[in-house]
Amino acid sequence: MIAYQARNLACLRGGRLVFQDVSFDLEPGAALRVIGPNGSGKSSLLRLLAGLSPPFDGHCGWLGARADDRRDAVSLLGHANGQKAALTPLEDLDFWARLADRREGLARARLALEAFGLAPLADTPQRYLSQGQKRRAALARLLVAPSRLWLLDEPTVGLDSGAVGLLEGQVRRHLDGGGMVVASTHLAFDLPGAATLDMAAHQPAEAW
Amino acid sequence: MSGFLLLLRRELVLAVRGGTDAGVALAFFVIAVTLFPFGLGPEPNLLARIAPGVLWVAALLAALLSLERLFQGDADDGVIEVHLARGTVLEVVAFAKMVAHWLVTGLPLVLVSPVLAAMLGLPVAGYPILVATLLVGTPVLSLIGGIGAALTIGARRGGALLALLVLPLLIPPLIFAVGAIDAVLQGLSARANLLLLGGLLAAALPLAPVAAAAAMRQAVE
Repeated sequence: MIAYQARNLACLRGGRLVFQDVSFDLEPGAALRVIGPNGSGKSSLLRLLAGLSPPFDGHCGWLGARADDRRDAVSLLGHANGQKAALTPLEDLDFWARLADRREGLARARLALEAFGLAPLADTPQRYLSQGQKRRAALARLLVAPSRLWLLDEPTVGLDSGAVGLLEGQVRRHLDGGGMVVASTHLAFDLPGAATLDMAAHQPAEAW
Repeated sequence: MSGFLLLLRRELVLAVRGGTDAGVALAFFVIAVTLFPFGLGPEPNLLARIAPGVLWVAALLAALLSLERLFQGDADDGVIEVHLARGTVLEVVAFAKMVAHWLVTGLPLVLVSPVLAAMLGLPVAGYPILVATLLVGTPVLSLIGGIGAALTIGARRGGALLALLVLPLLIPPLIFAVGAIDAVLQGLSARANLLLLGGLLAAALPLAPVAAAAAMRQAVE
């Protein structure tokens, strides 16, 4: 069985300890909701889990994974959507689909866009999409490039209630299929059976 | 399609769609070279004498002009972070960007250079060697310049900083290229200079993507 484990993670940014002693386990089908006030390190934690920066202390990673299994890739949805404004959603998703496993990129891109209600805008350059539509297209990337762990940083920013419902449905499907989700969010966002990690409880003690 | 070709195709599509960078570089090259006859007066001997150096310095500056945004776009819109999280090999990403940069800016400079050489009155015997040095040398500009572009991700006034970082590193290819052209014009062999220029390319090909990828990782950390 493949599980994801984080032990005693600490993060240092700009010479300041942002959080410390964060530990959790994720088994297939498990979700973790990360909460906490602004500046408590929710985004820093997700960036660290994504491998963008090394932890100051502790470690995180897969247990029992083969390094060459591409499904063990991690999908990150950060504050930036990771889209090229000059490309259409279809072209952008086709690229990520093929980069992931090089087959049937266009078909999978169309399916993913339909799943987030973007099919009519598939051929519109992304610079003309609204904020929420861009976010939907970024979420569709989670579907075209399969990965076991989804790291969602405030995934609902800019989404209307319909799109939040679509996202909740896709998250449920991902969890049912044995995937894992770590999501940071302030807002009501339904994560079935999610454990909660409160970053406020992991702030470093005030110096003296 | 391999990952590299996929990345290269994406970069070329983006360059054709959005980028005026490539056109600007070519126009800069043409205009900068055209200024010299106006500045120095129409004296054929003088212009022919300085033609190799003028063409090469102008090509160098034109390539640099278009390098500033090579990695900045991907850093701004979060694409580098998606690549890192997914475990894409950043060296391949960097190499694809450098190759795309050469195809859309370096190659056009090479193709238009004989026309400008004719304008400066370079002896016809010098055309083949001019094109040869640019063919071998402009990829070096894209590769080494790409390192500078990756290092200046997120820097304010990145363009000026990029020039300061990269121009000193581009002195050797300039010397060898102009040396090769001068040698041919004087009836000597350009072999030594060309080999040294090729050596620079052979060294930059594997090393520049590695350095640029390291700089990209640093930039998003």
